Amino acid sequence: MIEAEHPAHLWRNPEPKRSYEVVIIGGGGHGLSTAYYLAAHHGITGIAVLEKGWLAGGNMARNTTIIRSNYLWDGSAGLYEHALQLWEGLSEELDYDILFSQRGVLNLAHSLQDVRDSVRRVEANRLNGVDAEWLEPEEVAEVCPIVNVSDAVRYPVLGATYQPRAGIAKHDHVAWAFARAADALGVDLIQNCEVTGLEVSGGQVTGVSTSLGLLAARRVAICAAGHSAVIAATAGLRLPVQTHPLQALVSELLEPVHPCVVMSNAVHVYVSQAHKGELVMGAGIDSYNSYVQRGSFHLIERQMAAALELFPIFARARVLRTWAGIVDVCPDASPVIGPTPIDGLYVNCGWGTGGFKATPAVGDVLAHTIAHGEPHPLAQPFGLERFESGALIDEHGAAAVAH
Amino acid sequence: MLIECPWCGGREEQEFHYGGQAHVPYPAAPAELSDAQWSEYLFFRDNPKGRFAERWVHSAGCRRWFNALRDTASNSFIRVCAPGEPLEGYR
Ligand SMILES: Cc1cc2nc3c(=O)[nH]c(=O)nc-3n(C[C@H](O)[C@H](O)[C@H](O)COP(=O)(O)OP(=O)(O)OC[C@H]3O[C@@H](n4cnc5c(N)ncnc54)[C@H](O)[C@@H]3O)c2cc1C
Ligand SMILES: [Zn+2]
Repeated sequence: MIEAEHPAHLWRNPEPKRSYEVVIIGGGGHGLSTAYYLAAHHGITGIAVLEKGWLAGGNMARNTTIIRSNYLWDGSAGLYEHALQLWEGLSEELDYDILFSQRGVLNLAHSLQDVRDSVRRVEANRLNGVDAEWLEPEEVAEVCPIVNVSDAVRYPVLGATYQPRAGIAKHDHVAWAFARAADALGVDLIQNCEVTGLEVSGGQVTGVSTSLGLLAARRVAICAAGHSAVIAATAGLRLPVQTHPLQALVSELLEPVHPCVVMSNAVHVYVSQAHKGELVMGAGIDSYNSYVQRGSFHLIERQMAAALELFPIFARARVLRTWAGIVDVCPDASPVIGPTPIDGLYVNCGWGTGGFKATPAVGDVLAHTIAHGEPHPLAQPFGLERFESGALIDEHGAAAVAH
Repeated sequence: MLIECPWCGGREEQEFHYGGQAHVPYPAAPAELSDAQWSEYLFFRDNPKGRFAERWVHSAGCRRWFNALRDTASNSFIRVCAPGEPLEGYR
C-alpha cells in the first residue's frame, strides 16, 4: 500500500493584519468551522481566527468525539440533526477524511423512570425526523454483546434508546480539515495570540486588544469555550455560564471488542472504542468552578467502577492516560448562539460537555448569523433572550452523562 | 483537593459538596423585580478566572455549610470561614 505523503504544513502562519472584517476569538473546532463557513458560503473576506495557544489544543483536542442528535426538544433536534447531516457529507465538503464512523449509540435505561423518559425521547426524536428506536435488553445485547444485561446487578439494563446514525469521528482530523480549508480561502489563522479585551465604542464593537497588539474588527465572535465569560466580562457583558473541568480517560490499545457507543446516565459513564483500539470513557464535570485543566481523581475512579459494572470484560484493561478540558456550562444544558447587546459582537458559548457533535452546524449557523446580522432560524431558540423570556431548552435528560 | 472545614479541619474533597457562588441573597422584594432582574438572580453567577467566593458543605462530616475564597486559576484555597463571617479579599 502506498501512503499519500503528508504535506509539510496544512495552513500558513501569517502575521496579523492591523484590521479585519471579522475576528473570531478561539481556534477550536467552533472557531475554525465558523471561519470556514463565513469564507466558503458567505463570500466574506478579511477574517482572522485568534488562538491563544495552538490551533485546536483546547477542548477540540480533549473531547471523546461522540456525535449524535437524539436530543429531546424541537430546537435541539433541529440544530443537532443539522449537524449530523453535515457530518455525513463533511469529508467530501472539506476534501479530507475525518474518519466519521456511524456505529450507533445506545443510551441505557436502568429504572422505570429512565424507561419512560427514554421512550418519550424516542417518540420526540421520530416526530423530528431523527432516527431512534427503543430496544429491549436482549436487543441491546444484540447490538452490543459485551454489555452486561443480566438482572442480577444493582442497576440492571431495562432497555435502551438506539440511534444507528450516531457515531464518532477523529477530532484532530476535523480541526485540521476546517483549518486547511479556511486557510485556503484566505482566512488568517493566528496562533499564540491571546485576546485580552474587547474594544467597544458607542455600543459597537471596534476590535480586540491582544498579546500581539490592537486589532480592529467590524464584527467579533466569541468562540472561546471555557473562557467565554472571561472575554465577555472585558466588555461588561455577563454570560449565564459556569466554567468547570471535564475529564476523560483511555485504556491501552485493545483488539476491537466494542462495536458502538454506550452511555448510561444512571450508572454514569459512557464508553466507546477509538479507531486505534483504545477504550475511551468519560462521565460528568467536576462539581466546582475551575479554569485549571485538571480534575479530581475520585471522578476517574467512579467512572471506571461504573464502566466495570456495565462491562465486566474490562476488568483487566488498564488506564493509559487521563486528562481534562475546561467547559462552560449553561443552566439548561443547552448552548447560547447569537447576537449580544453590543452591536457587531456575537457569542457562541455554553456548549459545556457536548459541543463537538455540533461543530459543523455551529460554523454554519453562526456564520449565517454574523453574515446577516440576525440569527439563523436554527440558532433562533438559542439566543441569550431565553434566560429572560423563560423559554429554556432543558436538555439535562438527553445531555446527562453529557456528550 | 484537600478542603479545610472551619470546624473539622482538612479533609478529602469527596467528603464535601459544592454550593456555587457565595453571598447571593434571595431578593428582598421578589414581586418588584423585572424579568431582567429575575433572570439575573436565577441564571447569572460570577464566573471569574481568579478569586471566587463560594460555598461548600461538609456533607460526609459535620454537615455544616461554610464559605471559601478559592483561586479558580490554581484551585488553591485562600481562606475558609463560617457563614456570616466576612470573606475579606473579595468585593
Ligand atoms: C473531556 C471532554 C470530553 C468531551 N466529549 C465530547 C463528546 O464526546 N461529544 C461532544 O459533542 N462534545 C464533547 N466535549 C465537548 C466539546 O469538546 C466542546 O463543547 C467543544 O470542543 C467546544 O468548542 P471548541 O471546539 O471551539 O472549543 P475549544 O477547542 O476549547 O476552543 C476554544 C479555544 O479558545 C481559545 N481561547 C480561550 N481564551 C482565549 C483568548 N483570550 N484569546 C484567544 N483564544 C482563546 C482556547 O485556547 C481554545 O483553543 C467534550 C469535552 C471534554 C473536555
Ligand atoms: Zn466539618
